[in-house]
Amino acid sequence: MTKGKLDWQMDEHQNGKAPLSLQNVHVSYATRRGKVQAVRNVTLDLHAGESLALIGESGSGKTTLGLAIVRLLPETAQISPGVILYRRDGREVDILKLDRNEMREFRWRDCAMVFQAALNAFNPVLKIWAQAWDTAKAHGWHDKEAVRRRLVELLEFVQLDPKRVIDAYPHELSGGMRQRVLLALSLLLNPQVLILDEPTTALDIITQRTIIKLLRKLKEDQGFTMIFISHDLAIAAELADRVATMYAGRIVELGASEDIFYRPRHPYTLGLIRAVPTVTGGFEQLFSIPGSPPDLIDLPSGCKFHPRCAFATDRCKLEEPELEEVGPGHTAACWHWRAVEEELQRNPLHRGVLSVLQAISFNAEEEAVS
Amino acid sequence: MAPILEVRNLTKKFGKGKETVTAVDSVSFAIEPGETVCLVGESGCGKSTTGRMVAGLLEPTSGEVLFEGKNIKELDSAGFRRYRQSVQIIHQDPYASLNPTQTVRQILTAPLLRHNKVKNRAGAEARALELLEVVDLTPARDMIDKYPHQLSGGQRQRVAVARALTVEPKFIVADEAVSMVDVSIRVSILTMLARLKEQFHVTFLFITHDLALAKYFAWTGRITVMYLGRIVEDGPTQRLITDPRHPYTQALLSAVPEADPELAHRKRQIELREAEIPSLLNLPSGCTFHPRCPYFVPGECDQRVPPLEPLDVGGRVACPVRKHEHVPLLV
Repeated sequence: MTKGKLDWQMDEHQNGKAPLSLQNVHVSYATRRGKVQAVRNVTLDLHAGESLALIGESGSGKTTLGLAIVRLLPETAQISPGVILYRRDGREVDILKLDRNEMREFRWRDCAMVFQAALNAFNPVLKIWAQAWDTAKAHGWHDKEAVRRRLVELLEFVQLDPKRVIDAYPHELSGGMRQRVLLALSLLLNPQVLILDEPTTALDIITQRTIIKLLRKLKEDQGFTMIFISHDLAIAAELADRVATMYAGRIVELGASEDIFYRPRHPYTLGLIRAVPTVTGGFEQLFSIPGSPPDLIDLPSGCKFHPRCAFATDRCKLEEPELEEVGPGHTAACWHWRAVEEELQRNPLHRGVLSVLQAISFNAEEEAVS
Repeated sequence: MAPILEVRNLTKKFGKGKETVTAVDSVSFAIEPGETVCLVGESGCGKSTTGRMVAGLLEPTSGEVLFEGKNIKELDSAGFRRYRQSVQIIHQDPYASLNPTQTVRQILTAPLLRHNKVKNRAGAEARALELLEVVDLTPARDMIDKYPHQLSGGQRQRVAVARALTVEPKFIVADEAVSMVDVSIRVSILTMLARLKEQFHVTFLFITHDLALAKYFAWTGRITVMYLGRIVEDGPTQRLITDPRHPYTQALLSAVPEADPELAHRKRQIELREAEIPSLLNLPSGCTFHPRCPYFVPGECDQRVPPLEPLDVGGRVACPVRKHEHVPLLV
């Protein structure tokens, strides 16, 4: 499908101003045990047409941050302090100051969130068409024919047969089809920013690849601005221009995908990369990160990663580092990022095409049993 | 060496009449003592059903499971009990597999006492503490009085492993044993399992949908790939991932997302003729991969079920059409 047919994105880029700017964003949840500090002090510009991956383990705050942008957090959550600026067509608003109705307008039309394609992302008693029609009506779009045309166009874009899907109930579709329908529905109102939460998790490998190809098409052909939230580093490597590593609610490293994967400077990012195998790459010894993620109610002092960190010193226990520049467009929040750099010079990551194995043949007779 | 475990024409059907589903269809393989074999495939390929039959938790519709050379159906009750102890299974979900009302102490001492592995309660407790050390749940004295809800996913999975070890198994079926554990901790559990291989001479059947994990865990072992109930290819891990011969194995390997941007963008893109996997209720004729296979030969692939034949490069493949073709996975 050409860009002309779905008149999207590129021409809306506003003189290099980021469509989304997060400034000093904090999110906490009130619980009986105390305040859960889910997101702390996140400052981030999302540039027009870029795709950013938020990676980290469960509890790192990545989903909370995504939900904060579309303000779909539960009532126990509080976003404060913080500013989330959104820009489109030369205007600028603070999302956190929008009232209920303005927020409803903002969601889907400006910024759509695509959830993991579990059945509960849909209304189970509505056919796909009815879900789309409901959404359109809720946003004041009452031209049934036009909505239908748009939906058919979008279903074709996500490589589904509209005839088969449009009158189906969610349970009649496979997981991969549901994820694609969700993606099509999210594009219905022509949003500027897409937030995708674990877009390929729980899908089979070949289905994952179909979704990745589609998302690449959205990114490369349509210039969509996207945020991927995933615990899976592979999704970041496959789709992101920039990667932000989150730990205990903060962004601890941010940089171009190549910098993060080949030249990480935060010990946590390095730990994640050393814990994940590749398939076509060479064989590499892997290491776990010792310990487990911190209690978000009772955070450690200083750098929140210090109890698990091999580079930690006394300073890390006392002072929490801010993000500082460690390379062009590359920041890390670590007192010892130079030590990480030296460690990588001593023990380089065996990554990239050069690490790839040549085909290995086995003579069945000679093969030694492990 | 005689295989510790062998399955011959193992078949499992569920349901009856028109609703019959063949989850596992004539699967045969043998595993040598000390070997590590990974069973990989997408959901519905029959890998877990195979694992459950191997562990004696599910009775095959037809075919045989041989443990240490003996058909388990022909064992007397004492022999069958020994087999059930020798073969243990570790399940995917450590939240569901541990009794939430029991402490780690109860979870570990009950099987020790039940199977007379220890003389008395004190012995059971001492052994439980030892096992907690083995699975790196330390300090063991602090861990033993905890309930499952006080443990993280990774710690629970370690308890599940310790419980499996109480009966001194020779063979462990690990069914997606690390899939629900956080990325940063996965490797330490795999390393711990690998150590059991050496320390207790345990043989592993490791079931996973994650090819990267299979490669890592069975680097010196073997991988067996299943598709819709049948084995389509197997072989030494290093051969299978660098020189896959079955078009399905190739499709799977080329589809796996890679945690490396350069590899991610250099992967060969294999276009399947059909994206959706067929229903087990209505399987295609001949090779079940033929409706999706880019190398489909009409009149051949849809007519007969391809036999699993030995390969000159090691292992077996069920594709007479492509078995000699090397396809590089990067471009």
